[in-house]
Amino acid sequence: MTRRATAILPLLLGACSYQHYQSAFGNAAVEDSQFLILFTIFLVVCVVMYVLVMGFMLLGFLRSRGAAEANVVETGRHHHSHPLMRTALIGWTALIGVGLAALAIASFFTDRSMAKAATGEKLSITLTANQWWWDVQYNSSDASKTLRTANELHLPVGVPVRITLASNDVIHSFWVPSLAGKQDLIPGRESDITIVPKRTGIFRGQCAEFCGAQHAHMALVVNVDSYPDFIKWWDHQLQPAAAPTNPVTLAGYEYVTTGPCGACHNIGGTPASGTVAPDLTHLASRRSIAAGTLPMSEGNLYGWVEDPQSLKPGVKMPTIGLEPGQLHAVVAYLETLK
Amino acid sequence: MTDVRADAFDAAPARQSERERVEAENRQLAEERKKIARDGPKLKGEKLAARLDLAWRRPRGIIGWLATVDHKEIGRRYIITALGFFVLGGIMALLMRLQLAQPDSNLIGAERYNQLFTMHGSTMMFLFAVPVMEGVAVYIIPLMLGTRSTAFPRLNAFSYYMYLFGGLMLWGAFVLNIAPDVGWFAYTPLSGPQFSPGKRADVWAQMITFTEVAALAAAVVLTSTILKCRAPGMTLARMPLFAWAMLVVAVMIIFSMPSVALCSGMLISDRLVGTNFYNAAEHGDALLWQHLFWFFGHPEVYIIFLPATGFVSVMVETFCRRPVFGHAVVVLALISTGILAFGLWVHHMFATGLPRVGYSFYTAASMSVSIPTGLQIFCWLATIWDGRPRFQVPMLYVVGFIVTFVIGGLTGVMVAAVPLDLQLHDTYFVVAHFHYVLIGGAVFPLLGIFTYWFPKITGRMMNDTVGKVSFWLVFVGFHLTFFPMHLSGLLGMPRRVYTYPAGLGLEVPNLLSTLGTFILAAAVVLFVVNGLISLYRGVIAGPNPWGAASLEWATSSPPPVYNFEHIPVVESDTPLWDVEGELPVVTGLRVDEKEILLTTVVAAAPDLREPVPAASLWPLIGAMAVGIVFVASIFSPWALVFGLVPCGIAFAAWFWPKELKRNPEPVIS
Repeated sequence: MTRRATAILPLLLGACSYQHYQSAFGNAAVEDSQFLILFTIFLVVCVVMYVLVMGFMLLGFLRSRGAAEANVVETGRHHHSHPLMRTALIGWTALIGVGLAALAIASFFTDRSMAKAATGEKLSITLTANQWWWDVQYNSSDASKTLRTANELHLPVGVPVRITLASNDVIHSFWVPSLAGKQDLIPGRESDITIVPKRTGIFRGQCAEFCGAQHAHMALVVNVDSYPDFIKWWDHQLQPAAAPTNPVTLAGYEYVTTGPCGACHNIGGTPASGTVAPDLTHLASRRSIAAGTLPMSEGNLYGWVEDPQSLKPGVKMPTIGLEPGQLHAVVAYLETLK
Repeated sequence: MTDVRADAFDAAPARQSERERVEAENRQLAEERKKIARDGPKLKGEKLAARLDLAWRRPRGIIGWLATVDHKEIGRRYIITALGFFVLGGIMALLMRLQLAQPDSNLIGAERYNQLFTMHGSTMMFLFAVPVMEGVAVYIIPLMLGTRSTAFPRLNAFSYYMYLFGGLMLWGAFVLNIAPDVGWFAYTPLSGPQFSPGKRADVWAQMITFTEVAALAAAVVLTSTILKCRAPGMTLARMPLFAWAMLVVAVMIIFSMPSVALCSGMLISDRLVGTNFYNAAEHGDALLWQHLFWFFGHPEVYIIFLPATGFVSVMVETFCRRPVFGHAVVVLALISTGILAFGLWVHHMFATGLPRVGYSFYTAASMSVSIPTGLQIFCWLATIWDGRPRFQVPMLYVVGFIVTFVIGGLTGVMVAAVPLDLQLHDTYFVVAHFHYVLIGGAVFPLLGIFTYWFPKITGRMMNDTVGKVSFWLVFVGFHLTFFPMHLSGLLGMPRRVYTYPAGLGLEVPNLLSTLGTFILAAAVVLFVVNGLISLYRGVIAGPNPWGAASLEWATSSPPPVYNFEHIPVVESDTPLWDVEGELPVVTGLRVDEKEILLTTVVAAAPDLREPVPAASLWPLIGAMAVGIVFVASIFSPWALVFGLVPCGIAFAAWFWPKELKRNPEPVIS
């Protein structure tokens, strides 16, 4: 019953035509399903209470219609309310009390079952927030399999994932509405969130705690794959960056690894080994540029490398002012980083 | 009072002749005391009015205007200033909605947008919502309680000037492009020295300091006025519900403001002298800010909402022609809301990862607030049910309030549940929720009560037809703006983003919200225009145009500077409905000097006659001195040291004892 209601709910709200790419109606993980069930329960109870209040008010107006013409006052001294009204007051209080108790208990058990669903994690990820991008690290007991990437999460479907959250600067909040509720990333504190994805697909998450000028452009893509696809992806990401194959990409490689880029960015297998900016080893395999600011495309790469400050004002990456030839080479090289 | 001093003279080892001299002086003072003019059977009517007017009127001219301690003038200024800030905050909202009308818009840009929402939130919370409630209360409470002045009228003037200077500083900073850009709750470490260099965050923190001093002063004034200045016979049980609401609110301000004073003080200290209260790298704690801020911030919401429930009680009583059902229940609901408000700040922090067991407690506490609120709503509806409702404009706002606020209350129950809040927190769903609570719950009753008390303050009625049109525009505009926000939040739109990508389904709800904002703005303009035109052209109101029951309607509209010729005596909850003809009065207050009657706290039995201070420039000068220190301390910690000098001079002059000679009855000049 509640499941059906869960399915109907977005329809009711007229939101059915969207993909729920970034939506609490996404229902793509156990956590969000539980949210939707609980939300439906609350919505039903609240609508019932609202109808009761409005009904009481409307009946009150209908009942006393026309009485206003007689401009009589009922003073405090001799007015006595109908005894039924006092009974109704007590009944109303009891109704609110029972309703709230029921909702509080439902909330408590949902919270419990979320915690239970999340135990027995199989995959551990450390997500570190920075102004305004996400540093992602896949942890493994085998050190050679530890993987560092940025601004994109790949999760295997049906596998409980524990994401450890930290921040390098201010407070951020990790929120992928289609999968689960949010969890803050607080400097000096460690928190975590567990997610059990239910279906494959591509989802979008976004920082949900105001974190400075470019708070609006701090998104990340979450790609939920089948388990074999996920393992394939992981293995691919562990590879060092592709070597340049032609003179243009070679020129780009030279510039990126020996010029200013490498001071901040890391590209696996090259001299570029900065740690304060997103890892670029497999940049071209990602779906977006600059933490979800732009979709990945050749044109957007040109735009971004040439003048990041105009596309994401305030971003820590400076506008360097590349010569057209350099720009062409750098973008050509970045495009090979599949 | 003079007798006490005489005892002190007796106790001193004095020579016989000295004692005789003192006794002679006492006798002479007693004689003089008998000659002092007081109101009574011999002195009434026009002659009394002329004498009282002479005693109570402030000096003419600009100096007198600045020096006034009349609660009506101060209240009016508070209200008009707050409305000015309301309009400014509203313009910020319009600009934000323009930016958000379309996805990927670049109309305003990130930096400016972040300033806009910070200014909007800070202005609406600190410079509009709280001060306007205090302003209305400062104006109306003494009239409603049947007295001539607030307690501590100079402190009242000081409070207004502090508030004004704080607001001017914030908006001056905006004009100079050093407006804060860290949000109205300025979370650390974003607002700390490392991530907000420059002076923007300091401006915000000092604005808080100004308004908290102003609010504390106003709270002290209101608490003492309500507890000690009520008309004889107005026991606590008979006190009007608005006065009850303001009493609870004033006590809440006194308990909550120190918390924000502490946390903003520590922020300033972090920024100015390099302490590390919030710096995690040096073993400070970023979350400390959130605990302290929300310990104030949550009660703040009720500080805004409870006066509005007082307004609703007042309007429901008048327009349903009967006392509010369950007077005692409403009072208990107000008090319990006030207490519960301090036990649920953590529900703003569910996403921070505090222990889960603790969360359950705050969920239960947050939900339980809806019990007293539900009780109040029941009592108003029962009053409507049993009464004879008349649909004049204020009553329309009451209906609009119930229709709107209940939605906000119910979404409040939703966000009290941890699993729901984790999705809804910091999204447009929450933006919708708190605007339903604050606009539906506080601004609707406020617009209603403006229409209701407008004739008392100005002597003229607001136009009824225009009033109804602006009500419907407000109502439609509000729901068109804020209802779609529930959906945009669920569809994944976090708050405080200056733009959002196309394709998430956010285009339609955002466009609707923007359209609604313009209707809402048109409605506010119409309301203000109606007020301005009615000020000159409105129908003359007379003392009691609505046929209401409480004491503010027992005097002329607008009230004379001394409020009442004689202090009324109250014998029931609804004095003007219960007494045929003239109200009973007490007499015997001085008419040659400003004097009010103090009564006992619970039973309101006549207790003392209290002299009222004359108009004085020192509250203004004191506020200027403190203001200069606050503003200067943005730039240098030494301001706090050197600032002691002007503050010391101003306050010493303010409290300087003026008369050392013995007086038949002491007077504060």
